[in-house]
Amino acid sequence: MKHRTEEELIAYRYGEMKERKAIAAHLKECAECRDELARIEAVFAALDAMPVPDPGEDYGERVWRRIAPRLTEKQPRWWESHFVPQRLVALGGVVALVILSFVAGRWTRQPPPIGEQAGAAKVRERVLVVAVGEHLGRTEMVLMELENTPAQKGQKAIHISETQRRAEDLVEENRLYRQTALKEGDQVMANTLDELERVLLDIANSPEELTPAAFETIRKRIEEQGLLFKVRVVKQGLDERRANPDAKPAEGNSRGTERKKV
Amino acid sequence: MAEEVAVSDAMAVERTLAGDRDAYRVLVERHSRTVYRMANRMMGNAHDAEDVVQESFLRAYQKLKQFAGNANFGTWVYRIAANYAIDRIRQRNTDEARRERPSKPGEDSLEVDPLSQVRDTSPSPERLAGSSQLAERMKAALAELSPAERTAIVMRHWDGCGIEEIAAVLNSNSNATKNTVFRAVQKLRRALTPFLEGREARAMGTEG
Repeated sequence: MKHRTEEELIAYRYGEMKERKAIAAHLKECAECRDELARIEAVFAALDAMPVPDPGEDYGERVWRRIAPRLTEKQPRWWESHFVPQRLVALGGVVALVILSFVAGRWTRQPPPIGEQAGAAKVRERVLVVAVGEHLGRTEMVLMELENTPAQKGQKAIHISETQRRAEDLVEENRLYRQTALKEGDQVMANTLDELERVLLDIANSPEELTPAAFETIRKRIEEQGLLFKVRVVKQGLDERRANPDAKPAEGNSRGTERKKV
Repeated sequence: MAEEVAVSDAMAVERTLAGDRDAYRVLVERHSRTVYRMANRMMGNAHDAEDVVQESFLRAYQKLKQFAGNANFGTWVYRIAANYAIDRIRQRNTDEARRERPSKPGEDSLEVDPLSQVRDTSPSPERLAGSSQLAERMKAALAELSPAERTAIVMRHWDGCGIEEIAAVLNSNSNATKNTVFRAVQKLRRALTPFLEGREARAMGTEG
């Protein structure tokens, strides 16, 4: 009989071996490996028996008292809070929007003031439509990935680290587009983006290894809110608006309310 | 949005970033003890552990904009603390090595825990007896681990972190990290063998 190595038994004890069943079966048969595991187990027991360092109930308060004088008040300057690499991509989109609006404003200078405003607004809307359309496409992929992640029976943890990383990036983009949609008075899009943001945050803030139950909760939320469907509808609306810029936006698009400058 | 009772971490981060410095207090009070437990096990003494905790929360505050609600704040500050603890242990080892010539030719894998030095003067008979003697041995054995091995065992065994999480702190891949965990357990086992022999029988029967 081939004995299990020390490394395999340690990994088994930590629940990391893929062939758990085979090892468990082997341990039933093999007294030598059982003894070896028991010796390893004694090390684990000794680790467990070490006293738990406890700084006391009020420790957090003490730490706060010590560090508080060294914390400088943060200045809530919007440009500063957006000057973070992850946000720069999304910010780039918004900056492009502003520049294009400005350029559009200059190009459409000849027509009378009403036409000028309308022209700039149109370009601004077009850029937003394209950018958000692409963003929704990426979000749709993340949601679909989650929907299609197979959860096998008896599986202890589901790894979503890859999806999570993408969700993290999308949260930033999403926030900026939602704010822009709000400024543009596009309530339907802002609402959908708001719902998306919450789910994306949920995904981004979950542990990398989810229990099947936690995973199911996220999945249910996506399903119950019909998020994939909503994303597709809004995206389709955007695609149509992209193809036919003069068409009126979908109903419920509460434009017409006064538009603030971007 | 109406819930004001329990401020979530994400909300506290947003408020801090919006200029409300006191909002950070919630985060400090909520996560200090967890970070302290890890830091104490890493550093081997309370004094250094407290330094690690304070410095980590200061660093987290300074870098808060980079975090900006992207992940779990607790996990994030824990990682900052683990990395800082590793740096401190390395620095401590270098200082120790400078002060006294190493008796073995190993590099940074050899480290001396100040606690073990302070306490080895005259261990009381009670301490030498039974489990406290084992605890002392364990402390010494942990101090002999390399910073990476110690991080691996603290995070894996006591804090139940996944391999990927440990790999992220060690800036390593998962296979290498699994190997680090294994080496750590193996070294502890070798160091404790003489003390553990009598306990084996009791540890039996974990697998039915």
